[in-house]
Amino acid sequence: MEITELTVHELQEKIKNKELTITEINKAYVDRIKEKEPEVQAFITELTEEGMEQAKVIQNKIEKGEEVGELAGIPIGIKDIICTKGVKTTCASKMLENFIAPYDATVMEKINKEEMIDLGKLNMDEFAMGGSTEYSYFKKTRNPWDLSRVPGGSSGGSAAAVAADMVPWALGTDTGGSVRQPASLCGVVGLKPTYGAISRYGVIAFASSLDQVGLFTKDVQDCATLLNVVAGHDSKDTTSVEQEAKDYTKALQKDIKGLKVGIPKEFYGEGINVDVKKTLEEAIKKYEEMGAEIEEFSLDIANYSLATYYIIACAEASSNLGRYDGIRYTYRAKDCGDIREIYKKTRSEAFGEEVKRRIILGTYVLSSGYYDAYYKKAQKVRTLVVKEFNKAFEKYDVLITPTSPTTAFKLGERSTNPMEMYLSDICTVSVNIAGLPGISVPCGVDSNGMPIGMQIIGNKFCEETIIKAAYAYEQETNFRSKYKPTFKGGTK
Amino acid sequence: MQVGREELLHIANLAQLELKEEEIEKYLLHLQDILNFANVVNNAPVEDLDITIGSNKTKNVFRKDEVEEFKDIESLLQNAPTKERNMFKLPKVIN
Repeated sequence: MEITELTVHELQEKIKNKELTITEINKAYVDRIKEKEPEVQAFITELTEEGMEQAKVIQNKIEKGEEVGELAGIPIGIKDIICTKGVKTTCASKMLENFIAPYDATVMEKINKEEMIDLGKLNMDEFAMGGSTEYSYFKKTRNPWDLSRVPGGSSGGSAAAVAADMVPWALGTDTGGSVRQPASLCGVVGLKPTYGAISRYGVIAFASSLDQVGLFTKDVQDCATLLNVVAGHDSKDTTSVEQEAKDYTKALQKDIKGLKVGIPKEFYGEGINVDVKKTLEEAIKKYEEMGAEIEEFSLDIANYSLATYYIIACAEASSNLGRYDGIRYTYRAKDCGDIREIYKKTRSEAFGEEVKRRIILGTYVLSSGYYDAYYKKAQKVRTLVVKEFNKAFEKYDVLITPTSPTTAFKLGERSTNPMEMYLSDICTVSVNIAGLPGISVPCGVDSNGMPIGMQIIGNKFCEETIIKAAYAYEQETNFRSKYKPTFKGGTK
Repeated sequence: MQVGREELLHIANLAQLELKEEEIEKYLLHLQDILNFANVVNNAPVEDLDITIGSNKTKNVFRKDEVEEFKDIESLLQNAPTKERNMFKLPKVIN
């Protein structure tokens, strides 16, 4: 097996047994990036040279017998929405094309403290708005399972980089499904923890009441390990919740006898692809065989949630993106007369089409005359969604749904029709609206060989429960040993 | 609700955006589509419900208001489109 195919826990094992050095590991990833990046286009900024330098320093430390952490020298990829000191953080926008963050996000501080090696900043939809990574100002990332298809979005670069073995794991962000959906479309594990579980200090804001940092890994064990690193309260983010530090790897248990699994039947209805539905039904059967108690129930919130999501997220975005005024963040339109012209020309030139569309929609639903009909109504529907989930979690430990209604679609198939693109979030947005944790685990492939993801939703701060449910299923079915990206459909 | 051209331009103006002719056409169409869908919130059974602003109940999280000096001024100024000495430079705001 190639070095880059290994999970992080397998790499750690080989480092411990002196079968692999830190430099060997990083060299393997750097070579893999060199080989696959021209096809996949997952990186906005590569940090391979810097990474190799860092690897040598850590390897030296090890050889001198100095103590290093368990994750020292392990490579990682970072979505380009997370601020990295001294390195460009572009949010895939022309607006921030040359922006160099003056400080590290808290999650980056944690990654750096572990001496993990950031091999690069990964592509995404501009300002995390989109479901295919086609709205990046810089490039279109391709799905390693079929290069003519999208990797999903908005964290499509992160998902594709992990699926293509260019990094062993990566960070992303999830506002309405932006970690889980691309994880599903690229056949990797994607976790969005509870709102407030991970600090967002230094993470560029899109919709602040929904945004959360999330993780991409090859398997569930790595997911628990990385969550241990990045989770926790941060006084710099007042929405991060104070709770005792947990060891999520303790949840890696195979016995799920008696686990109460709710199947919300509306999530399997109209618009869900036949192969996706069939594969999910098989997965549910597997849970039953493993001793879980399965029950179908009604959770009729999917459509309300999607509408509510686009109202609330756009409203918050229109406010959050007000800061890009041509004064502080690198880009300023040329030949402007007065300050108002700077605002207008800068924003009109440097925001992409989808970002402007959402700012306009957000401004519209907040404007007088429409505030009550849309924004206030949406906030009430939010209460309804929270209540319905609360009711469900009185009865069930976890809920299981498809992560995405379809598998990866072709590039260009939805990018001109915003409503069609928005519908790809139908299974994931309600989880953000209620602030719950959700994990996407690969559970099969469709007739074209494209991966299908299963979403496991838990109650607030019950990450252990969904990790356990995901781990047990993964150990039983072992998707990774059966399926692999083929890089077919390329033009190269 | 029907969105008209004038209204779209008014909203764009509030958002400090200037739209090109082809953008106006496109956004009018898309906005209408999205709002038609968003209208489903008006069918939701929410008459007796309060609003929810955020999903966590925590509020008023205070910390000590301590001044910390940020010394790396250069790292801030490198993002300034135009600068002079240690300052971000702008055209005159008040005439």
